[in-house]
Amino acid sequence: MSTVTWITARGLFGRRRFLLLFPLPVLLVGLAVLARSAGVDPGQWGQPVVYGLGLGVLLPVTALIVGTGVLGSEIDDGTLLHILTKPLPRWQIVLPKLAVATGVTALTVAVPLYVAGVLVDSVRFGLGLAAASAVGALAYSAFFLALSLLTRRPVLLGLVYVLIWEGLLNSIVSGTRVLSVQHYVVTLTDRIAPTALLDGSVSLPVAIVMSAVFTVGFTLLAIRRLRTFSVAGETS
Amino acid sequence: MSNVELAGVSRWYGNVVAVNDVSMNLGSGVTGLLGPNGAGKTTVLHMMAGFLAPSKGTVTLDGEPTWGNPAVYRRLGLVTERESVYDFLSAYEFALASAQLHRLAQPEAAARRALELVELTDAQDRRIGTYSKGMRQRARVAAALVHDPEVLLLDEPFNGMDPRQRLHMMELLHSLGEQGRTILFSSHILEEVEQVSGTVQVIVSGRLAASGDFRTIRRLMTNRPHVFAVQSSDDRRLAVELIGQPSVNGVDVTRDGLTVRAGDYGSFTRALPKIALASGIRVRRLLPSDESLESVFSYLVEA
Repeated sequence: MSTVTWITARGLFGRRRFLLLFPLPVLLVGLAVLARSAGVDPGQWGQPVVYGLGLGVLLPVTALIVGTGVLGSEIDDGTLLHILTKPLPRWQIVLPKLAVATGVTALTVAVPLYVAGVLVDSVRFGLGLAAASAVGALAYSAFFLALSLLTRRPVLLGLVYVLIWEGLLNSIVSGTRVLSVQHYVVTLTDRIAPTALLDGSVSLPVAIVMSAVFTVGFTLLAIRRLRTFSVAGETS
Repeated sequence: MSNVELAGVSRWYGNVVAVNDVSMNLGSGVTGLLGPNGAGKTTVLHMMAGFLAPSKGTVTLDGEPTWGNPAVYRRLGLVTERESVYDFLSAYEFALASAQLHRLAQPEAAARRALELVELTDAQDRRIGTYSKGMRQRARVAAALVHDPEVLLLDEPFNGMDPRQRLHMMELLHSLGEQGRTILFSSHILEEVEQVSGTVQVIVSGRLAASGDFRTIRRLMTNRPHVFAVQSSDDRRLAVELIGQPSVNGVDVTRDGLTVRAGDYGSFTRALPKIALASGIRVRRLLPSDESLESVFSYLVEA
């Protein structure tokens, strides 16, 4: 494990905002278990729980908390300077941080989505959700990590993307779905494990290519931005 | 020996000029960057450390630009003013992580050596979050020294240190400077700079107001005209006596006493008791009324 990865992981798990990761997965699994044990038809609760809560809230919100946490928190408290004053190419800082953000997000999201998928439909659907959400975790993390370097309010802008762009505009203007990670995940899941619960609204090539564009594009942007990272004087 | 050079450097934020056409050349030894709060010291340090691009001019370390060039950190260490540090690590882990990030051959030995230098070995395994302000500062200095840099930049390094820690830090900077390293530290406290460095760069309102040997600049500062507020048992008679003194440039009689403008601090303060004694006047109050650092700096700018 690289030193940057180790410090990033220690920093992430050592901050209180890490506790914010727990309620949503517990809620998702709890609702799925409750509905299943009550014998309710999965057709009635499957979509709101898996799509509405799992892919619409749990995945992007977890990625937002973690993705902005791995770099944004260090920028806010100034500890990033300790890493930046080392003779490291900037990609060697961004990539480990992206790996930690993606790994933690994927783990936090894929496990409860797998459990919910199994309870709703089948093991295959659970695996499809887990695999597609891991891809979504990567694309979201690259986006939110880059936001940490592009703006002083990455959480606010991230929420605007998740709530306004994905939550509101996607349901009104269908063309906006081409720029929605959530819809890439839906399409990927639908192709891995087709069910009546999810309906991919973008094509598979678009989902694959755009996931790659999000990931690579925002990662390169973050590396480029970190190369010219400025620290304003506090006494001036 | 490394050399840091600023050539015609300016930095502005929108319409605000933080640093204005500063040129300086730092060689081995300890140099103090002195100036009042808000003068632009931190901006200068951040430009030297490659964390801020100059709007105009060049900042180089041994001829290489510091901006956008992470390779300079092999030879440069930086201790910022901000107290930020990884609270969840111990000082040893912090110094070790720094050594590993520098890809040093023996990171454990380098971390231990750096902690010994700042006298933090006793507490090295405690979490930094439990440290006092001065200990945190020393942990940050250890991390900055772990790769034995030729150039060390420190922004207000004595903030938060108790007198003993301050003395130790001063000795450390002194010895690093004597070993041929280029050390620059900023401070707004004259006495701190006086005790550590022989060379000083004075920055006022973003401009380089004075540069060179500290004693020469100090003499300039102490020989400047001084204003004193004086109250005595007979202000008018004392005013008559004082105006005849060569060290006195002018005397105003006010309701609260006398305002005396002295051309020479030392001569005036030596002459006043003698005059008062000879004239039988009792001096009740003598206050230098322009002793703030800002007024000293302002004088330097005007000089």
